[in-house]
Amino acid sequence: MVHQYKNNGYNIVLDVNSGSVHVVDDMVYDIIAAYEGHTVEEVVCQFDGKYSKEDVEECYAEITELKEAGQLFTEDIYEPYIDSFADRPTVVKALCLHIAHDCNLGCKYCFADEGEYHGRRAMMSFEVGKKALDFLVANSGSRRNLEVDFFGGEPTMNFEVVKQLVAYGRSLEEANNKKFRFTLTTNGILLNDEIMEFANKEMSNVVLSCDGRKEINDMMRPVRSSGRSSYDIIMPKFKKLAESRNQMNYYIRGTFTHFNLDFSKDVLHFADEGFEQISVEPVVAQPTDDYAIREEDLDTLKEQYDILAAEIVKRKKAGKGFNFFHFMIDLQGGPCVAKRLSGCGSGCEYLAVTPWGDLYPCHQFVGNEDFIMGNVDEGITKPEIRKMFKASNVYTKEKCKNCFARFYCSGGCAANSYNFHGNINDAYDVGCELERKRVECAIMIRAAMADENN
Amino acid sequence: MKHIKTITNRVLKDTMKNGGCGECQTSCQSACKTSCTVGNQSCENKNN
Repeated sequence: MVHQYKNNGYNIVLDVNSGSVHVVDDMVYDIIAAYEGHTVEEVVCQFDGKYSKEDVEECYAEITELKEAGQLFTEDIYEPYIDSFADRPTVVKALCLHIAHDCNLGCKYCFADEGEYHGRRAMMSFEVGKKALDFLVANSGSRRNLEVDFFGGEPTMNFEVVKQLVAYGRSLEEANNKKFRFTLTTNGILLNDEIMEFANKEMSNVVLSCDGRKEINDMMRPVRSSGRSSYDIIMPKFKKLAESRNQMNYYIRGTFTHFNLDFSKDVLHFADEGFEQISVEPVVAQPTDDYAIREEDLDTLKEQYDILAAEIVKRKKAGKGFNFFHFMIDLQGGPCVAKRLSGCGSGCEYLAVTPWGDLYPCHQFVGNEDFIMGNVDEGITKPEIRKMFKASNVYTKEKCKNCFARFYCSGGCAANSYNFHGNINDAYDVGCELERKRVECAIMIRAAMADENN
Repeated sequence: MKHIKTITNRVLKDTMKNGGCGECQTSCQSACKTSCTVGNQSCENKNN
């Protein structure tokens, strides 16, 4: 399967099943589309009057050479392989700890119902967190790198427990031959020097929540108690933290909605404020929500991604680049095919833990009690839920079968699929449209930078 | 080649041999919590 497209002046050809990427001239771009199933004579005939016989033959030969090298028109041979991969014993390697089901912001689009996940306010105790880390170590098999995200609600509202759990996790590392990678997701309201110092010492990544321009951020992310601006409180602290981490190993992360379809301005606002690691993604909401992304917004949003990608190329070439998470793509050293096909690992490798110690397939399922899989005392008590998630992959999703982006999104988000279609083997269509655009832009940026290096 | 410039010639099927170690980062632990971004992650297996 070949996907070809034009973006920012580049003719790009992606060979989907091998992952090879080529930039081609206009002639090859046309001929590739006519190549499969046709002899060189037939293709010469087809382009008679547009391209010379010699030119077509030369292009045809180059395409054939890549085909023979396994870099064009390759077959998808991975389905039997992924079946054998799914038979492996299940290990858990990542937990999302819901340290606090409470929040000091009142974000209007919060999937966690302003921190409470449609339940009651609660803080995770050290005891529950400790059992969660024990559960993780005991179920991680031979995996060395274990990931624990301190999530909420707002985890800094229960920061003493975060500190205790980090110390406890570190105490488990040597004896068990494990390495914990702790991460923190925070809205910044309670950030102070002590938390920053701790985060810089212990957190391999910090996610800082903010939506971009002041008016955009404050529209959706007001302070819960007063309804006042959160931007003015958090921005100076986020800047300080980003600098203190040498502009690495953090992301300033925002959400865009129907109310800021011009979100490229929010991304560039972050860049102009000095942030170098930026992640801004579309809100996921029910169609009845006024801020939800609608189908009629898609053209505008795709155009925004194009504007952003072209601007990133310009800035990178001028030595003033920044990373936009959703355009990051490692073409030469990205994930193996097993990872690409099996997806994010929710429900098997990755679980969420509530303040009470219940286990869910991921943070987005928390609150839907049909998805409680077990708890930190008894472990997995509903293996059938784990089995359902483990069996889900690119090949169990009809919509993914002919999609060029399937090895980049790996079948998409199970929670989004469930929320829109009632099962995890479907796909959230608006999200898919945007993901395909992001993959195209990401590859274009790599092509443009390769151009620069030559 | 005169008409084609290859940006990456990595052949995904080659990763079937040594792939699947699972040491790479979980995508929702990085910088997204509402979309699936597996392709953004880097491989941690030097044999791949």
